[in-house]
Amino acid sequence: MPNSASAYGSDYVRWRRRLTDHAATAAAALTTILVLAPLLAIFGYLIYRGAGTLSWAFLTRTPAPVGEVGGGMANAIVGSGTILAIACALGVPLGVGSGIYLAEYGRNRLGNLIRFTADVLNGVPSIVVGIAVYALIVLRQKHFSAFSGGVALGIMLIPTVTRATEEMLLMVPHSIREAALGLGVPEWRTTLSITLRTALPGVITAVMLGFGRIAGETAPLLFTAFGNQFWNLRPDQPTAALPLQIFAYAISPYDEWHRQAWAGALVLILLIVGTVAAVRLIAARGTVKGAA
Amino acid sequence: MSPHLVVPGNPARPGPRREETAAPSRPRGAPTKPRGLSAGQLADRLFRYAMLACGLSVIAIVVLIVFELFQGSRLAINEFGLKFFIGTDWDPVSGEFGALPFLYGTVVSSLLALVLAVPLALGVAVFVTEICPRPLRAAVSFASELLAAIPSVIYGLWAIFVLVPLLRQDVEPWLQSHLGWSGLFEGPPYGIGMLAAGVILAIMIVPIISSITREVMVAVPRQQREAALALGATRWEMIRMSVLRNARAGIVGAIILGLGRALGETMAVTMVIGNRPEIAKSLLAPGYTLASVIANEFSEATGDLYLSALFEIGLALFLVTIVVNALARLLVWSVTRGTPARAHAQ
Amino acid sequence: MGVGIEVGQLSAWFGRTQALFGVSLNAAANHATAIIGPSGCGKSTFIRCLNRMHETNLEARVEGQVRIGGQEIYGSGTNPVELRRRVGMVFQKANPFPTMSIYDNVAAGLKLNGVRNRRRLDEVVERSLRSAALWDEVKDSLKKKSGASLSGGQQQRLCIARALAVEPEVLLMDEPASALDPIATAKIEDLIFELKQRYTVVIVTHNMQQAARVAEFTAFFLMGRLIEFDQTQKIFTNPSDKQTEDYITGRFG
Repeated sequence: MPNSASAYGSDYVRWRRRLTDHAATAAAALTTILVLAPLLAIFGYLIYRGAGTLSWAFLTRTPAPVGEVGGGMANAIVGSGTILAIACALGVPLGVGSGIYLAEYGRNRLGNLIRFTADVLNGVPSIVVGIAVYALIVLRQKHFSAFSGGVALGIMLIPTVTRATEEMLLMVPHSIREAALGLGVPEWRTTLSITLRTALPGVITAVMLGFGRIAGETAPLLFTAFGNQFWNLRPDQPTAALPLQIFAYAISPYDEWHRQAWAGALVLILLIVGTVAAVRLIAARGTVKGAA
Repeated sequence: MSPHLVVPGNPARPGPRREETAAPSRPRGAPTKPRGLSAGQLADRLFRYAMLACGLSVIAIVVLIVFELFQGSRLAINEFGLKFFIGTDWDPVSGEFGALPFLYGTVVSSLLALVLAVPLALGVAVFVTEICPRPLRAAVSFASELLAAIPSVIYGLWAIFVLVPLLRQDVEPWLQSHLGWSGLFEGPPYGIGMLAAGVILAIMIVPIISSITREVMVAVPRQQREAALALGATRWEMIRMSVLRNARAGIVGAIILGLGRALGETMAVTMVIGNRPEIAKSLLAPGYTLASVIANEFSEATGDLYLSALFEIGLALFLVTIVVNALARLLVWSVTRGTPARAHAQ
Repeated sequence: MGVGIEVGQLSAWFGRTQALFGVSLNAAANHATAIIGPSGCGKSTFIRCLNRMHETNLEARVEGQVRIGGQEIYGSGTNPVELRRRVGMVFQKANPFPTMSIYDNVAAGLKLNGVRNRRRLDEVVERSLRSAALWDEVKDSLKKKSGASLSGGQQQRLCIARALAVEPEVLLMDEPASALDPIATAKIEDLIFELKQRYTVVIVTHNMQQAARVAEFTAFFLMGRLIEFDQTQKIFTNPSDKQTEDYITGRFG
């Protein structure tokens, strides 16, 4: 075939283009490996350093006095549980409610303002939320508490839940709402029992993802829950939390505490990874997408 | 289907994907109340108000946060004014509150993180969306999700015991001997310092930059890719010409979002930056960031002025991250609007 | 100068679905061949096999021979990237690069091939835009306007210019005027008349009058099979196959 291509791109150019293509592919693959390597390293290390110290005793005992071996993070685990429960009690209803408002009633300027504000809230650094809640609650109550910690984390949970609820509700086809309304179901009932119910899997996964995010947060708890070396189940007292404990132990000069920090980190990461994996499983089973 | 009764108190309003219709509220034949509201309508009204209250609470929370930040910093603002951010000495013991070292630390560590993270994140995004064979795709993106889910304190823990020794023993000496001429690597290689902070921040922000970049790349229409291929472009040329070019506003947005994240990061940075309020040219030197000084010194702050100064730092951090994030979202939105892809960050 | 296309027993699949069943035809050099048929009959799949664009689809598979200018394009010696320079394509919906100016759009293919000389680029851009009957309309805003800021018909002519700039031998057109108004369509059809003289044109169209106007040869496809291939005159006045007759008289499709 008369190759007019010889007027185009000498052999060198063609070779260079092919080389660039291959080089780019290799570079992209290489960067992917580079990015995933720390993931393996971190998980590997967590298991390597943490598994040894992780034991039933670790999960059920409170910290031992400085210098002594043994003890655990039971109070931190339970404390985190308390704080997170408060956070969800605050964040989930407000978040879902806001999401419902935005989806069902919020196609107006007020709705846009709420959306914008939720986005702003999402971007506020967690330490700033911490000091704001400190001023708002801790200063006024004159003591640290699990409650204030829960409020701080709950505030961080709201934007995620709001956004997700709105999106999931909007994905529910209008015909479903109309069918219910046409049967005489009042609007509020339709929204709750029909529309929300249909969107529920998606909302739940979003709540779980948000939960996973706040479960690991340390900064907002520094000046609210504050931490505690002993058992505390009262929400109005300083309370231990897993991330706080890990932080305190990590920066301490004691080897034993370092070991405990790794074990605590392993517990925390298992909790979070479990949540993420569960979310993926639910999504993969296809029950996320509201109604067909 | 119920008739379209326009009942007072329940005016027609737009709903999701709905043309303007009056809200049907009662089936034909049910007793209608000409005046006042029936129980059903009352319940609807109450429900709507309750949902509205939830929405308003979001606004209320942000207002409260801003209010408390301003209240808390009032003392410091009155005392120092804007000179607060130009002062280079932070010595609470003698009453000196200059926040420039923290600004410097935050900016430098974040920029360093960006320099390291952006090429990596773009590479991953290109790989996953264009090159990776299908079956691997889910695994890689799951791995990326996992990376994003690791809490800051655990990154910090790993950084203290693995990254810092690595830097101290291997990386920093190497940098000193090979790139020492740049003046960026002077001073003893502690391991702890600006470089460590930059590296751990980079690892932390790669997932978010990468996932938004992936979203905007996927939003580029197929026809654009085909236009390049049909012209005789290699795969990389097609990616460069059609995908990256078309998505560039969104990619910039993703990068800025990553920057926003880096600016506000607290725990991991605090654990490895050295916490010394100094401005040094060397990346090997310890530093301090806006977020770290609050984390370290807030509970120990003695005296109202000290505490107020920290509040003012918090306020500054708040304002900076808002502006950066708003800019980022604007850019991302401009590329992904009109597509069903979710146009928001995690 | 255009070259001939010889297609022998071409079959194509999307995954497990077969879209083309053993199609054989010859498209004559420097002539226009039209491909007509109802929606889903495989017209687009067919021409996308001619520049190996079909294989960019997921799980796409091709069997058979396609020779362009005597060279087997599915042979091991052919690089798809080079093939696509020699076999240009214009799509149903005009797809100029929106982030590039008109000039850059037309020059895109040249730059890919390593042409850097400013004067050469200017020459080719002007020549291609003239060939696409777009030069007069855009010559004053070549670098100022973006490719996407033109009207639909102009965008399509821009895409034609872009394809012509790399001096292909064949021009494939997949329903190029279906998204355009009658005036713009007429302009494109006039263009094809002229392009025929220098290139081999294969045009997919659902508009039978268009096929009659611009093409010397027409192929009628139905459900992935080539039903009839002959001179356009004959297809439209005296088709040999009953299915062809049913289609052109409007009994279906």
